[in-house]
Amino acid sequence: MSIVDRITGTKRTVDGNGHLPVDAHLITEPAQLTSRVSPWEAVQAARNIQRPHTLDVIGRVFDRFHELHGDRGFRDDPAIVGGIADLDGRPVMVVGEQKGASTEENIARNFGMPHPEGYRKAMRLYRLAEKFHLPLITFVDTPGAYPGPEGEERGQAEAIAQSILLMARLQTPIVVVILGEGGSGGALALGVGDVVLAMQNAIYSVISPEGCAAILWRSPAEAERAAKAMRLSGPDLLELGVVDALIPEPAGGAHTDHAATAATIRTALAAQLAKLERVPAADLMSARYERFRAFGSVAEPGSAAATPPPPDSWFRRIVKGLRT
Amino acid sequence: MPFGRKPNEFPSHLWTQCPNCGEMLFNKQLARNLNVCTKCEHHFRLGARERIELLVDKGSFHEHDAALTSGDPLGFTDSKPYPERIAAAQTKSGEKDAIITGEATIGDNPVVLAVMDFEFMGGSMGAVVGEKITRAAERALAERRALVIVSASGGARMQEGTIALMQMAKILGALARLDQARLPYVSVLTDPTTGGVLASFASLGDIIVAEPGAMIRFSGERVTSGTVGEKLPTGFGKAEFLLERGFIDQIVPRPHLRERLAFFLTAFRAASQDLRWSL
Repeated sequence: MSIVDRITGTKRTVDGNGHLPVDAHLITEPAQLTSRVSPWEAVQAARNIQRPHTLDVIGRVFDRFHELHGDRGFRDDPAIVGGIADLDGRPVMVVGEQKGASTEENIARNFGMPHPEGYRKAMRLYRLAEKFHLPLITFVDTPGAYPGPEGEERGQAEAIAQSILLMARLQTPIVVVILGEGGSGGALALGVGDVVLAMQNAIYSVISPEGCAAILWRSPAEAERAAKAMRLSGPDLLELGVVDALIPEPAGGAHTDHAATAATIRTALAAQLAKLERVPAADLMSARYERFRAFGSVAEPGSAAATPPPPDSWFRRIVKGLRT
Repeated sequence: MPFGRKPNEFPSHLWTQCPNCGEMLFNKQLARNLNVCTKCEHHFRLGARERIELLVDKGSFHEHDAALTSGDPLGFTDSKPYPERIAAAQTKSGEKDAIITGEATIGDNPVVLAVMDFEFMGGSMGAVVGEKITRAAERALAERRALVIVSASGGARMQEGTIALMQMAKILGALARLDQARLPYVSVLTDPTTGGVLASFASLGDIIVAEPGAMIRFSGERVTSGTVGEKLPTGFGKAEFLLERGFIDQIVPRPHLRERLAFFLTAFRAASQDLRWSL
């Protein structure tokens, strides 16, 4: 039995070259993009208040969804939502960061900035997903974890660290979608997966462009320059290998057509889950390890390349893992 | 400064003023006292090499991956190109990056040790720090040694963007395997430990100890104060605050650090040799 057969089972979806066909609706090479917005335009688009946010997307992508509340320790953080949903008759666990579509809602949702109890709720749902073999889908959309004193008092750093650790070892398939803004550690706490997808106009960065500008240029007004230098836009992330593919947005951006955006996300999720569910758990775990292990960019005497090529696609990683 | 003395009587290459009690300390004496104030026990920062000497059994340290240097994954330039910043930091410090790793024994316990150095670009974590810690954890796993990481860092290195962020996930993947193999990981927090370093490996030790007075917080002071628009209470985000809130196990003064680590490592090693419970 070939490696591909082992992964795909009896239902062969393999093309003549022995690889699973690339999903036509996903952008896996920057060259596939007919036009590229500037990094600063991407920042604006990702933060657009009219953009589809997590609960809106969940409502349109899944057939049913029942939200689960609370971290069982302190309170229910409205900046993180999660629950059990139904995708084509298959139960899945969904967790995402929630921004508001209005000022009032944003105040209620703390502008999508979770407190530690939000990450602890997320972890509770991650564990539930693992226990009952539900695939996990996460939606990342946050300016960052809440940096205020209440967060510090309740262990913001510890909550983020534990979330990343748990996702790294969680024995169930994980698909991550960077929906809008991927703000640093507060995003990574939902961002470790077997497949990491980003919306075409999403951004993902280690610090906000304003924060970076304030520190390195000593002026928040230089945020536009910082955004360019940080390579935080979708195509940049694809080139760096930080995301595996981009989900195309309607012309004009996701905010112009929520229904069409959700339909594309649904197709992408269904396709990725169908593939991931055929992969044996041990192979999935080693492929996930290798995916993040590959982020190097270090130079060592005796090794030629200062910058290694971006990591392989998840499928190639799994195939390689099976060969060795 | 003592009354009646002129400032030039305390040239900085000979004397350091303690920021806590104001005492003028003779540099040689300060160094002999492990960079701890002889009057008020304020802990000054300590370089990575001095830290290693303080922690390990004499002569037991062998450095690993010493030649590893940073790439420039983003082609990053602010007021000057990132590779120039690295080169300047290397010249100034004599080190390749913000961390030194290697194997050693602590109280005869075999460990892999990783020590960060705040002097090198604020101890920031880029791919070199990420790679060296990941290799340290993988080596600990392969050789069944304990892992000890001493943190001193402002967080992820901005000039490496999301590649720096991904180091957090990379390191924690390796720590998850160490945990699964029931190998001890001790995290030592020193001044300062903040941002992405605190939000990843520094907060995940089986045992977490901190030095007295160390600043340990997720967000910078200005960010936190900005959100509440007022000054935070004294001591907020210091080691003593974290102990009180339940996020660290102990505060250990520098002169007791080696002996304390040895105690915990020995206890774990003794217990793991009880074969009735082996996996």
